[in-house]
Amino acid sequence: MSSLPTPKNREAIFTDRLSARKRRGMIFRNVCLAMTIFGVLSLGALLYDTIGSAFTWAAVEEREVRGRVQPNVVQTWSLWEGIYNRDELQRLTAENYPEAEFRFFSWVNINFLTNFPSRFPELSGFRSPLIGSLMVIGITALLSFPIGTGAAIFLEEYGTKGWISRIIETNIANLAGVPSIIYGLLGLTIFVRGAGGLTGGQTVLAGAFTMTLLSLPIIIVAARESIRAVPPSQRQAALALGATRWETTYSHVLPSALPGILTGTILAMSRAIGETAPLITIGALTYVAFDPSGARDIFTVMPIQIFNWVTLPQATFHNLASAGIVVLLSILLTMNGIAIVIRRKTERTW
Amino acid sequence: MAQRSLRPEMRRAAKEAPVGDAIMSARDLSVHYGAFQAVRDVNLSFYENRITALIGPSGCGKSTVLRCMNRMNDLIPIARVSGEVLYHNHNIYGPNIDPVEVRRRIGMVFQKPNPFPKSIYDNVAWGAKINGYRGSMDDLVERSLTQAALWNEVKDKLKDSGLSLSGGQQQRLCIARAIAIQPDVILMDEPASALDPISTLKIEDLMQELTRNYTIVIVTHNMQQAARSSDFTAYFSVGEDRAGYLVEYGPTHEVFTNPKDPKTEDYITGRVG
Ligand SMILES: Nc1ncnc2c1ncn2[C@@H]1O[C@H](COP(=O)(O)OP(=O)(O)O)[C@@H](O)[C@H]1O
Ligand SMILES: [Mg+2]
Repeated sequence: MSSLPTPKNREAIFTDRLSARKRRGMIFRNVCLAMTIFGVLSLGALLYDTIGSAFTWAAVEEREVRGRVQPNVVQTWSLWEGIYNRDELQRLTAENYPEAEFRFFSWVNINFLTNFPSRFPELSGFRSPLIGSLMVIGITALLSFPIGTGAAIFLEEYGTKGWISRIIETNIANLAGVPSIIYGLLGLTIFVRGAGGLTGGQTVLAGAFTMTLLSLPIIIVAARESIRAVPPSQRQAALALGATRWETTYSHVLPSALPGILTGTILAMSRAIGETAPLITIGALTYVAFDPSGARDIFTVMPIQIFNWVTLPQATFHNLASAGIVVLLSILLTMNGIAIVIRRKTERTW
Repeated sequence: MAQRSLRPEMRRAAKEAPVGDAIMSARDLSVHYGAFQAVRDVNLSFYENRITALIGPSGCGKSTVLRCMNRMNDLIPIARVSGEVLYHNHNIYGPNIDPVEVRRRIGMVFQKPNPFPKSIYDNVAWGAKINGYRGSMDDLVERSLTQAALWNEVKDKLKDSGLSLSGGQQQRLCIARAIAIQPDVILMDEPASALDPISTLKIEDLMQELTRNYTIVIVTHNMQQAARSSDFTAYFSVGEDRAGYLVEYGPTHEVFTNPKDPKTEDYITGRVG
């Protein structure tokens, strides 16, 4: 005797429970849809706010600064406000600032990218934090990619599967979740105070070393996963041809795992480029009006400068902060785009 | 490599000639995986330019014995080998033996085709390159692919990925890869079990060709295949203690037509396994 319920009516076998099942399916679908909408809306709100404040409508007067005529922004309105309410804003400008011209004003512009920060918002730029961030991230990538890959190769290809390796494994996974400020404190102790002779103190190099510590666990975990995804049959094939462990790893395991390792590295770098706390902890500056002369010079980074602008009272500095966020987000999106392209190009079915 | 290749008509003569010395032998070979004994006291010899088939029910340790022959068992951390495996009278499990050098001389073809995700050309060339081959790589690749009966099918697309080939072609590519480093012995673990019947026959024909230059040991669960293509057959079974052991070993026609052990007869006639 069958224990499954069967409809009494034979014709109804395939139709009986259909509507109830459809209704239940619909509920699950809609709950998930609502969650998706929530996520998309919060992201949308963030972008709406930032873009509206980085690209603005402004009442602009001319002003002489150091013998040169410069624009002086006396009031700004968000991009969206200007689109919906242009005539009204034009009237307001004419009324309140007879000297001023009403026009579109993008805070992300050539001056912004090439000037140093300044106390005049219209002249203020993002140059030193941009260069500082790129230097820190560049050195971090150069250090953490080979170290992380090497550690992952050791753990996966050479390490024995004993209790020591299990402890190391667990610790590395946990390190990936340690709050970044703790890496900052570590960096302050080791790289600023301890190895100050090498790094020169509160410098790009100390920042990059600290960021390397922070990125390594993420890279090691990602690299181990992609090394583990290389089928053992590939290693066996190489070893059976009289290859050594290293020849096998270098010629077969690494090339197959490389896309995954690179993706992990890029993701770790995009986390590092947005980190503020550890760099403030090791003593990165908030105001730098020169290019770092090298890796052993003091520096600032983008998120610190953005934070600095946000804390200033004048509204126009908040526009600068938004412009900084737009630059930072563009760099992040580019990096993630590269990671996606790498993954797409090298997708493999064994 | 010394030019050992004989013309086809000479090969038959060679086969009918008395069997020479064993190129490899196992002496009291036992294998444990952790505490579990998988193979017990195997004594067995492989003869030059002959095909030896290892048959028996699954789990009786055929693959384990095969992996002992070129120290691929070293890759399994819990595997422990005792006894001797002699290759030209060297015990390959002796002290100071370099397993890399062992595998260079005793090649292996696996059950599932596993070409590298590289071009067909590089699949064949890589092993020779790392083993320090000096000479025309193009010639070597052509020769190896020809010996593996694959040249005509791939000569116009050597730059294509090895993974773009069919299963049977991939397996022949793996054979070409194995012979490109000019080993003495080729171990094959059920090389045709993942293939269709046509590809299987191609592999069997290919094995016959290869005996001109190589000694072949093949694990197979296909009784016809063993009967058709091997010169010697070793029948393994599983004992009471679940350890595999060698029941009977001899020339294939004797094992199949006149087995000494009733267990062999039961297996061959399909009453067991
Ligand atoms: N890597 C391994 N770890 C543990 N046990 C294994 C391993 N490989 C094989 N065995 C065991 O050894 C025995 C023989 O296996 P195998 O040599 O693969 O047999 P066959 O190839 O004849 O089917 C089986 O009981 C199997 O479970
Ligand atoms: Mg097997």
